[in-house]
Amino acid sequence: MSLRAGLAGLLCLGVTLALGWAVLERPQPAENLPERVAGAMPDSGVEHAVTAVLLNFRSYDTLLEIAVLLLAVVVALALREAQPDRPEPMGLENPLLRAVMAWLLPLILVVAGFLLWAGSYQPGGAFQAGSVLAAAGVLLRLAGVTTAWLDNAALMRTGLALGLLTFLGIGVVVMAPGVPFLAYPPEYAGTLILVIELTLTLSIGLTLISLFRLTPPYADDPDDARSDREARP
Amino acid sequence: MSGALAFAWSGVLLFGLGLFGFIMHRHLLRRLLAFNIMGSGSFLVLVGLAQDGRGVDPVPHAMVITGIVVAVASTALALVVFRRWYRASGRTDLPEDT
Repeated sequence: MSLRAGLAGLLCLGVTLALGWAVLERPQPAENLPERVAGAMPDSGVEHAVTAVLLNFRSYDTLLEIAVLLLAVVVALALREAQPDRPEPMGLENPLLRAVMAWLLPLILVVAGFLLWAGSYQPGGAFQAGSVLAAAGVLLRLAGVTTAWLDNAALMRTGLALGLLTFLGIGVVVMAPGVPFLAYPPEYAGTLILVIELTLTLSIGLTLISLFRLTPPYADDPDDARSDREARP
Repeated sequence: MSGALAFAWSGVLLFGLGLFGFIMHRHLLRRLLAFNIMGSGSFLVLVGLAQDGRGVDPVPHAMVITGIVVAVASTALALVVFRRWYRASGRTDLPEDT
């Protein structure tokens, strides 16, 4: 065991030193990317460089990213223990938590909306707003608050796919005048990006919420699982 | 310049620590945590090196924010798979590791 630890330590030390040296001796990039981004900003439809890169200059990355999120949820849905679409109720029977939720929930929604809107001119955007929404969903589940629309499987699946579908749809529609996929016309870019970000926020939030809700709340003792399986016809 | 290097070297150090944990631990949750530490290290390298020389480069920043969201989703997916594996087999590690 200690030999293994020693070998692993040596290996990791070697990798770390090699990476540190590579960082020190890195080649200067041939292309001046900050300058190119700054030069293209007027056509991007937004005022913040990171949002412009995410949703305009390199929107392919973001499109594939939301596709990866959808794939993760689909796999998690396929792998869940045989439970109905509506997850089993759970939550702490704590009146204080529920009372705090009533105060926190509107605040969380306002913060998510602000982050989404702020993305066009300062750090913020769909990912940050989506994560804040997901935090609200996790809190709801932990407090045992049931919401009809979160338990509605068809509605939930539509919401999960909405971001990717809207993104793809807009990407295809802008091809009409003969421009490449996802190349927005500069005069509509701001509006298109806002619509995409709005649906992305919803889908990212719902994705993270469903990944949390897909873990069954009951104790996952393998012996229980075995007796469950035997009891089931 | 030195600030960017300090961030990048911290990221490299995190990556090395995560790699060591990933090799040494057998428990799947510990491996997942180690893997996430490696991921955070590489994000720190990207973000750190993006701010040296010719001003802040927004392209690596956008890549990292995409990466963070994908990392969160894949971690959650891994947890779903681990729970399923534990319920199916009663093990917290993989048989080929022992």
